[in-house]
Amino acid sequence: MSKEKVIAIPNIATPNNPVTFDPDICNGCNHCVEVCQIDVYIPHPEKGKPPIVLHPEECWYCGCCVSDCPRPGAIEFKWALQHRGYWKNKATGEVHQI
Amino acid sequence: MSTWHDYLKEQGYAPDWPYPIRFEQEQEIDADVLVIGGGIAGCWAAISAARQGLSVVLVEKGDTIRSGAGGPGCDHWCNAPANPLSNVDPDEWAEHMAERPYCNGIGVQIQCREDWDTLLEMEQMGGKIRDTDDEYVGAIGRDEKTKLMLSPRYGWTHSYLPGAGKENAFIKSDKNEDIRTNVVIRVWGYTFKPALKKECKRLGVRIFDRVMATGLLTEKGDHGARVVGAMGFNNRTGEFMIFKSKSTILATAGGGSIWMLNTELGGYSNMMSRTTTGDGTVMAWKAGAELTKMEGTGVTRIATGHKHKWYTGAGDASYENVPIVDANGKVLPYPIQGWVDAGAMVPAPEVEQAIREGVLKGEYALPFYGDFPSMPDVERRATWNLMLGEESTTKIIIDTFNKAGYDESRDLLQSYKFIEGSSLPQWREPGYGGGLIVDWNLKTTLDGLYAAGTQMFSPEDHSYAAATGRYAGRKAADYAREVGESKISREQVDREKARVYAPVKRSGGMEWKELHAGIARAMQYYVSEFKTESLLNMGLDALQKIEEESVPLLFALDPHKLMRSLEDISLLTYAKIIIHASLARKASSFPLGLQRIDYPAVDPPEWKKFLTIKLENGKVKTGELPLTFWGNMKKKYEAHNKDYTGVYSGK
Repeated sequence: MSKEKVIAIPNIATPNNPVTFDPDICNGCNHCVEVCQIDVYIPHPEKGKPPIVLHPEECWYCGCCVSDCPRPGAIEFKWALQHRGYWKNKATGEVHQI
Repeated sequence: MSTWHDYLKEQGYAPDWPYPIRFEQEQEIDADVLVIGGGIAGCWAAISAARQGLSVVLVEKGDTIRSGAGGPGCDHWCNAPANPLSNVDPDEWAEHMAERPYCNGIGVQIQCREDWDTLLEMEQMGGKIRDTDDEYVGAIGRDEKTKLMLSPRYGWTHSYLPGAGKENAFIKSDKNEDIRTNVVIRVWGYTFKPALKKECKRLGVRIFDRVMATGLLTEKGDHGARVVGAMGFNNRTGEFMIFKSKSTILATAGGGSIWMLNTELGGYSNMMSRTTTGDGTVMAWKAGAELTKMEGTGVTRIATGHKHKWYTGAGDASYENVPIVDANGKVLPYPIQGWVDAGAMVPAPEVEQAIREGVLKGEYALPFYGDFPSMPDVERRATWNLMLGEESTTKIIIDTFNKAGYDESRDLLQSYKFIEGSSLPQWREPGYGGGLIVDWNLKTTLDGLYAAGTQMFSPEDHSYAAATGRYAGRKAADYAREVGESKISREQVDREKARVYAPVKRSGGMEWKELHAGIARAMQYYVSEFKTESLLNMGLDALQKIEEESVPLLFALDPHKLMRSLEDISLLTYAKIIIHASLARKASSFPLGLQRIDYPAVDPPEWKKFLTIKLENGKVKTGELPLTFWGNMKKKYEAHNKDYTGVYSGK
């Protein structure tokens, strides 16, 4: 059984993960914090760490944080499940979802 | 880890607010020209005023680098009939565009005369407007000499909106049907906003990012008096900002999600940016400026959390030349927004009905797809990489799809058009053109106050924002040179401070999302598809009750939530103006999306006019203006722009 501490927390805003960070690539430059017109992010209190997604439910999925990131691969863009589009291979008919 | 609850779990406590808190503290800034809103229109206004050597301050709720509807990119430069490849006369084209009912002839004329100049200036600033890398050699519409990329849009006619004037009348009626207008240019819009911000900085424009303007300052604090600045606060620190100016340009766009708020997809509840909340319109209204076309609403289109997010053909913006096919590959008679149909996006009602019936009979199998693989390679790349890749909010879409394995040369992209059907009639949006009345200087009805882009009534696209912003900037600069200093009213400042900070003085009550959703629901019930005097009055009563009982409960735990709370109050006022305007129009109207059950006649001749609306002595006052109140567009433009020097040639 996990020894992880369980904390009491309200339901979290959903979806809450418009992006995920790769902490090995992100150097915490906070450029994404600045280009976001919504202020979805706040800088991490510890310098050099990826920012914190504070207002995920306000995101309008413009993608500027990912497109403008100076360290490609540091941020991965993620739509909520209900917004992930579908496509079909024209030759095989195989259907995929993003 | 990147979420808030990750942090909480790891640290055992929530992070502190990362910015210093400065509620109630004041900063006072002086400028010749103050620009409120740092989108495409606002940036261009600031640049144009600064180029005349004046001191300019630009105030933006987000960060100017990517803010506004055009921040992430913009697709078509829609009305550049003065470009060297154009086959139309700019003034004649402007008149043609202005045939659309309830449009803005002043803005359209400015756009048609100056849009090409804005593109050349965009290029000077570092934005990309030509295929200089020869990526699309051979694409239809690409000019070998200039390397400009024309769009099929407006190929023969001004508009693809049903019922919007003459059809295919402009060039197609000429002897040679192959002649196209060539007025719409494809651009690399993703490069534009950073270039604009850079130019603002280079010119010494003082930019105040993360500041929400909340109210205008008027001479002696009097209602209807000359505008002498604005107030607001920093949405990270809460610091109160007082901007004194000789002239002020509003460029904050119109109202956003007034009928809808998905509380957990707040940013998705609006076709435009989440930050579009009617703040500018409302502060001008409160100062006494006159508005028009506020009764115009329509059913919300794409990009809402309730529906698919993005462009998958069949009526979506940049999906040019992509055939729509059914699940078995059968081509649908839907317009492809391409060279063959002059960029038509919306089918005639009978075509739409035929597709619907075809689905019911099994003639067309769902789902439908955008058939990218069937397109010639260069056209496919032009649509996927240039049109979609550079359009606002779609760069990330094509990148993410490709990363996930989508190959546009191999795969069909699902279209949601007929699966989802139309939006519900009560899911409406006010983004159909209500806004500030302007004159040929883009001055509002208040001295010292100018408007640009989507802040004006009947706005158009990104290029319209650029042309009118640039124009408003030079006119506001002219005015600033003529007028003297003016004293601001301390009483007005104190009153606004009390209003602004009220929600942070409470620690419990109602949070912004609940208030917003409550306003939206009242609008859905009483200001929806069907309107009657009685329903509209019930709407006003409902909003009044919200204002009296719920607004005083608003609480905000930090400056960001304070911004959202104050936006809601803007939206509430905006919603009330919509109802007052709807009550005043005692007729139904097709172009205004207004169906009055008690006045069923549609666009009767006596109601073909603009209705105006403003606050006077605390009461709503309505009036009217003729449909073409701007007069002879060419003559008026020339009379007001004798000193226009064209493309910027300064340092």
